[in-house]
Amino acid sequence: MTFINYASREINCKIVYYGPGLCGKTTNLQYIYDSTAPQAKGKLISLATEADRTLFFDFMPLELGTVRGFKTRFHLYTVPGQVFYEASRKLILKGVDGVVFVADSQEERMDANIESLYNLEENLRVYGYELMKLPYVLQLNKRDLPNVVPSGDLTSELQRKGEPVIEAVASTGAGVFDTLKAVAKQVLTELRKS
Amino acid sequence: MANSSIILRESRYHHIKAMLARLRLDSSARLVVLVDKDGQQIAVHGELGDLDTTSLASLAAGNVAATGGMAKLIGENEFPTLSHEGEKESIHISVIGRVLLLVVFYDRSSLGLVKLRSKQISHELAKTFSEIEAESASAASGALPFSGITDEEIDSLFSPA
Repeated sequence: MTFINYASREINCKIVYYGPGLCGKTTNLQYIYDSTAPQAKGKLISLATEADRTLFFDFMPLELGTVRGFKTRFHLYTVPGQVFYEASRKLILKGVDGVVFVADSQEERMDANIESLYNLEENLRVYGYELMKLPYVLQLNKRDLPNVVPSGDLTSELQRKGEPVIEAVASTGAGVFDTLKAVAKQVLTELRKS
Repeated sequence: MANSSIILRESRYHHIKAMLARLRLDSSARLVVLVDKDGQQIAVHGELGDLDTTSLASLAAGNVAATGGMAKLIGENEFPTLSHEGEKESIHISVIGRVLLLVVFYDRSSLGLVKLRSKQISHELAKTFSEIEAESASAASGALPFSGITDEEIDSLFSPA
């Protein structure tokens, strides 16, 4: 749900990074946080377990710039990827304006990707959203690892609606900003339509 | 999209700010924040200092969402108020429809006073916000700031400074 504040001349949008456990959602946010000028970002909040696994969510506000006198601010969230955090994961999707699905390219994580994508579609439906109508990007992460599925195969398995597919290595930052731009552009384009 | 945008006009914003100011004074609080249930900060009034109210808003919404989930598990619809008491400062959150009223207060105030004053203002806030929702739903799309935005303007946000 986009929030347009005429008094502070701000437009706020919510983007959620979704995907199976250990696919690199938090790493995406961490890279964006580390690479962004201090004046364009707020704090990166991580609600994580002692073992550094996401417990509830990560959050960071990011200001992209001004359009027509309005500051465009994106609130970036991740969900906990582990299967048993289902209840928390669902909560984070409330009010979402755009979704990034971070797929783990490793062969052995293929089933986890499919399960998580199915779970995303189910959880969006709870709030009345349809993945097919929502700004959405598929990121194929961990492309630097040796045992990855060819990106063509991953795409044909995971792509839902002709959404942008971006190869990434979130730990080095490759593809991270391309992914963010791809989803943010769709969100802004959607605002034009609404 | 399932939820339409919320559009907050300046006159509404100033009205909300005035309500928050009144609540802060009446409850001797440090600050009062109005937050959307999705975690967006709507308005804030009080002693900010270097407090990161954007993070506070996001965490408050997460907190309410989590306790709301627990409420449903035990057969309640939601918990309408949440309180967290610290040694020197405390937080009280009231759930008012789709918004959260968050009051941060020192030990010179009291939870009872904050609860009472929050409750007294909640009806007016709920009414104002339902009017804002109705205005947002009926806003002509052509009147929105982004309705005529061009591809070049969107691209300009992503070009290196």
